Amino acid sequence: MIVVGYVLYTLIGGGALLALARLALGPSLLDRVVATDTLLVIISAGLAVYAALERDPTVVPVLVVVSLLAFVGTVSIARYVGGMLVRARTPDGRDLGLPVAAEEREGGS
Amino acid sequence: MSGPADVLAIACLLAGALLCLTAGLGLVRFPDVLTRMHAGTKPQVLGVLLVMVGGAIRLNGWSATWMLLLVAVFQLLTAPVSAHMISRVAYRRRHVRRDLLLVDELGDGSHQDTVYRGDEPGDAPPEHPPRSVPGG
Amino acid sequence: MSVEPAATRLRHQVPLVIWLVLVWILLWGTWSWANVISGLLVALAVLVFLPLPHVVGGVRVRPVPLLVFFGHFAADLLVSAAQVAWIAVRPGGVRQAAIVRVQLRTDSDLILTMVAEATSLVPGSLVLDLDREERLITVHLLHVDDEAAVAREKEDVLRTETRLVRAIGSAADLAALEAAA
Repeated sequence: MIVVGYVLYTLIGGGALLALARLALGPSLLDRVVATDTLLVIISAGLAVYAALERDPTVVPVLVVVSLLAFVGTVSIARYVGGMLVRARTPDGRDLGLPVAAEEREGGS
Repeated sequence: MSGPADVLAIACLLAGALLCLTAGLGLVRFPDVLTRMHAGTKPQVLGVLLVMVGGAIRLNGWSATWMLLLVAVFQLLTAPVSAHMISRVAYRRRHVRRDLLLVDELGDGSHQDTVYRGDEPGDAPPEHPPRSVPGG
Repeated sequence: MSVEPAATRLRHQVPLVIWLVLVWILLWGTWSWANVISGLLVALAVLVFLPLPHVVGGVRVRPVPLLVFFGHFAADLLVSAAQVAWIAVRPGGVRQAAIVRVQLRTDSDLILTMVAEATSLVPGSLVLDLDREERLITVHLLHVDDEAAVAREKEDVLRTETRLVRAIGSAADLAALEAAA
């Protein structure tokens, strides 16, 4: 039983570490969002494994919260990045590209 | 301690944990955002389901079982939505390795790829003028 | 918003109320009348203060095709999760991906949504875009080696749609499917 516990925690911990590596590496914002999402789901899997091994149901409500938080966080960041895209277009549908960086705006004008 | 139910539960937990590990591996090894989405959200859906089933078998008391069922249902309902939102933004911001695409029916062949540098959407201007975004 | 008879509105909202009360009871974890009544109050408050356009219209549930759909779906889930896991582990990694468009045949919001959800949930395919007017669904495929594999994956999406229409589609949806075939 104890060996099974070690194996389970190693597998899940490895997954979490790899997700953290992607979170650190990037390279883009969206990569990090995907990594965060995955990390939260792996954490909830880890909590469930803990609850199952110890037969301890106290962490189960936390699972509900974590899984919903992962969804809300991902969707809000996706909308945030997507909103920048939408605002960069003119009403007649012409694509102006993405907004200019703040430093450049200050330097140019 | 080691009845058939426990063995089944442990098998489910092991398979789920293994899928979580492959999700992490895929996140690190895959080349662009869209393929990473596959790695991140997919083995996970099944992985989380398996872990929840294992937990439901091991935990006694119906209260915890119902809550685990609810978590599984939420996962199934929300995972495609968040995956879709991310991948749509990713495609429009052209975080796609086109050299790896066998077929691209959305771009219709006339790509004029723009290269974005940096993290944030406002970091640097694109290298080429972008063509109009497909779809709405 | 158009005015509609109270009866149809009620018919559309009853399943939603039942679902919300069910979620409430599952969250509390125990069955008691206090939970049912408080759940009803919360569900009604949600429906009054946060109204949604309803998508459920002309749905007819057929149990046996529904079971067939869920069976195929579970099998797809298992097989493709193993595939994606193998792609993540194998030495070569991702070799090729593809973005394809598939022309769907039904014209129902609910069925299009469920096709997109099912396609997204099955590993190896990811819905990029859904054109409601043209009924075009754009899918990113992870595991394609050649053109034949692309055609096969497209067939899979269409087959999912067929099964879904057989399971919960209305007579009009079935007719649309027949006309396209």
